[in-house]
Amino acid sequence: MTDQFEPTIIGFTCNWCSYRAADLAGTARIKYPPNVRLIRLMCSGRLDPTFVFKALASGADGVMITGCHPGECHYIEQNYKALRRFHLMRRTLQGFGLEPTRVRLVWASAAEGAKFASEVASFVEEIRSLGPLHWGKNNGKDDVQSPTQQSKPEIAEVPA
Amino acid sequence: MTPNAKPKFAMYWAASCGGCEIAVLNIHEKILEVDANFDIVFWPVAMDAKYKDVEAMEDGSILLTLFNGGIRNDENEHIAKLLRRKSKILVAFGSCANEGCIPGLANLSDSRELVYTAYNTITTDNPHQIYPMTSYDVPEGEIHIPTILPVLKTLNQVVDVDYYMPGCPPESKQIAAVIDLVISVLEGKAELPPKGSVIGAGNSTVCDECKRIRNIKSIKSFERIWGIAPDSSLCLLEQGIPCNGPATRSGCDARCPAAGAQCIGCYGPAEDVEDYGARLISSFASVIDSNDPEEIDKILDGLVDPTGQFYRFNLAGSLLKAGVPAWKKEKA
Amino acid sequence: MAQRITIDPITRLEGHGKIEIFLNEEGDVANTYFQIPELRGFERFCVGRPVEEMPLLTNRICGVCPEAHHMAAAKAADAVYHIDPPRTAKLLRELLYSAFYVTDHTTHFYALGGPDFVLGPDAPVAERNILGVIHKVGLEIGGKVIQARKYGHNVVEIIGGRKVHPCTSIPGGLTKGITEEQRKEIEEMGKWAIEFAQFSLKLFNDIVLGNKAYVDLILGDIYTHRTYYMGLVDENNKTNFYDGKVRVVDPDGKEFIKYLPKDYAEHIAEHVEPWTYLKFPYLKKIGWKGFVDGKDSGIYMATPLSRLNASDGMATPRAQEEYERFYSTLGGKPVHQRLATHWARLIELLYAAERWVELATDPEVTSANFHAIPTEKPTEGVGIVEAPRGTLTHHYVTDERGVITKVNLVVGTTNNYAPMSMSINKAARSLIKKGTMVTEGMLNMVEMAFRAYDPCFGCATHSLPGQMPLQVTIHDSQGNPLKVLRQYC
Repeated sequence: MTDQFEPTIIGFTCNWCSYRAADLAGTARIKYPPNVRLIRLMCSGRLDPTFVFKALASGADGVMITGCHPGECHYIEQNYKALRRFHLMRRTLQGFGLEPTRVRLVWASAAEGAKFASEVASFVEEIRSLGPLHWGKNNGKDDVQSPTQQSKPEIAEVPA
Repeated sequence: MTPNAKPKFAMYWAASCGGCEIAVLNIHEKILEVDANFDIVFWPVAMDAKYKDVEAMEDGSILLTLFNGGIRNDENEHIAKLLRRKSKILVAFGSCANEGCIPGLANLSDSRELVYTAYNTITTDNPHQIYPMTSYDVPEGEIHIPTILPVLKTLNQVVDVDYYMPGCPPESKQIAAVIDLVISVLEGKAELPPKGSVIGAGNSTVCDECKRIRNIKSIKSFERIWGIAPDSSLCLLEQGIPCNGPATRSGCDARCPAAGAQCIGCYGPAEDVEDYGARLISSFASVIDSNDPEEIDKILDGLVDPTGQFYRFNLAGSLLKAGVPAWKKEKA
Repeated sequence: MAQRITIDPITRLEGHGKIEIFLNEEGDVANTYFQIPELRGFERFCVGRPVEEMPLLTNRICGVCPEAHHMAAAKAADAVYHIDPPRTAKLLRELLYSAFYVTDHTTHFYALGGPDFVLGPDAPVAERNILGVIHKVGLEIGGKVIQARKYGHNVVEIIGGRKVHPCTSIPGGLTKGITEEQRKEIEEMGKWAIEFAQFSLKLFNDIVLGNKAYVDLILGDIYTHRTYYMGLVDENNKTNFYDGKVRVVDPDGKEFIKYLPKDYAEHIAEHVEPWTYLKFPYLKKIGWKGFVDGKDSGIYMATPLSRLNASDGMATPRAQEEYERFYSTLGGKPVHQRLATHWARLIELLYAAERWVELATDPEVTSANFHAIPTEKPTEGVGIVEAPRGTLTHHYVTDERGVITKVNLVVGTTNNYAPMSMSINKAARSLIKKGTMVTEGMLNMVEMAFRAYDPCFGCATHSLPGQMPLQVTIHDSQGNPLKVLRQYC
């Protein structure tokens, strides 16, 4: 059991393709790191950016969004909405000082269990190298000393 | 203590701009009704009561306090807690108290960096690198200025708030309506809404109040408002001008779009919107007319400041509250 | 044991401040410190924003004078894009601005500074405010004050989109024009405003100038300082609030410098003290000599009084008459008595109303040519207007997309921070002496020293230092720093 940082990652997976890919990885006994907590959406187009922000604000170090390949969306075109939201969200998060690689979008079909597993593995390593996010851990909480709340300094005597 | 003493009223500004005070004065003649129905005990813009006078009041003795301005320093926080103790009903009045408003944008930076910017501008004469100190010894004694907090906070992040009245500032028409409601309640003719309600605003979005014609939006490019001559009868977002109407609460009569300017979102999130910026990201992304990643990127390049666009007023009150630089200090 | 009196917060102004008065063992004033406790950080957090948002963002520096920031920002943004807006846009902007001046000066005289005169400096606290004024002068006059503000804000709304925080100025002009119907409405309201301004001057004459105690107060030494005076002037050296060159005259009234907005940084610098969050501007060519009066001190004032001192007259007839009466009554130019600022403010109120009607009757004001699309690459620009409280400078640098990379703001009230500190110091020393009992009314008279300047500390405190390094500076008896000890955290 190493002391290394274990990222916490939330994965929003679409029911029809990527969730089944995750299942397939499981039944094919393809190992992938347990750091990802999967949340199943009916479609990647259901992904509300609020989910991503909430995940980050609540302690996730990274967020993965997976959906069907473009052109293969079970609901025809909604994964394109996810694509556009993902791009806009990433640009916005950059303005917050967040590394763009902390949020990843992956297309995986139901047959691509191995791909799913390898994406998860590489994402975990990516986040591990970026380090923990700890969003807002120092964020205005009382236990963090604002550097201005200092006791008065000693005045050194200036030699004559 | 006269048995018919008028109920007490107070209005205070924390880290604010004074616009809320002016909006209240802009109820014009109605200010006389406020005077007739209330005993105004603390209102620094207009009258001379001091902090010590508030401290001397009995807890809960002020019936209604309108608190505007964000919590930027420890004095703001102290007075917020003081007024919470002294007031029966505390209203977060205006965008700053509700969600941080524009000064909340400071939360994208390390607050220490801000000293270097302000005290090293092109006109600042500071060769000895002097910076303000919260506690300083002058020859006569020790004098103090408040400590700036690491992030700007909203009112309900420091005290319990009874009602929320959004807007930057709240429109005077809405303020007048709320005053009418309060006076009716005092006269026993109406009931206060449930605690925690948003008052003085609508339940829908600015788009609902906007008179411009809306068709199906399909945006091929985002435009700068000065860069085109927009059609004054058509939806601005449809013409590529980034307008925040879709996620912004109604109540303002959509004045800015009526005047040819995009909605910048000063009335805060619409009903049931958990994160204002997220909602806008969703709606803007939905109406972009492209499925090709490269083209999408090019269209998005037209939005030169997405973080500011989506969190202009709402940053401090959003889910994320602040950017990484604001709270991630380098360990010494 | 030496005593200490704290006035916290100061009241009947815009913004936050406190005054510390230290008494020595005898009971005389040892020193005073006028501290500004607030900061928000506009110069930092506006970086990264598109320059066309600056008229909207900087509105929120001050909700009492957002129109001033809106206009300075609009002009700076025009300068960034190297574009000269069409004449109609400039007419409309100045028209909005003149109407705003009427509301703002009215608010100050009747609600902020005026109560000290109408009710008396030591009237009971509960009465010494706008409502007390209305109770005393009567509902009819109260109604006029309310109407003046209402009309002015109506014009701001018609041209600017909203009553508070206007939204229609963009690089190259405006987002909308006005119809003939609106123009007529604006003209009618303006004519009423002229009458109201004349009424206010008469009221001042009767209530203030007709009261010997007040006249003595105004002319007395307590509230008098001899400094440099700054104001915007047009090509005839007449006062203009919206555009022109910045002119500074010395304490004897002679022109010292006159500069274009783009050259402001050659002439103005800001001094720093560690016990407050606000800086002290001074004239660079003279230098910072401390909180002292006189020709050798770089301290200057920028208020209605300064503007009248710095100009050769008012550009409209009735205001010009009042300007002449002002100086002949007070013994010539320049006038140094700070309380006379209240009178100067009413003369400006009259000018603003006359200018309002002048602009509203210009044939091009209803033209549809209210915007020109900028075509040049954005770089850098400076915009200067006269805020009611002083010369307001916005300086922006942008990247090639017009996104802000650097901001410098020198704000109206900030210009006056040193003069106000000096006025408070002098008033305190004169009023609080060994053996006198310090009353609330006396402390209010100390506050009156700053109220004449109509300060706006929301404006002044746009900048944010946040968390700072610990620092101890050891000064010699001349005030020069000898040694600095630092501790970063």
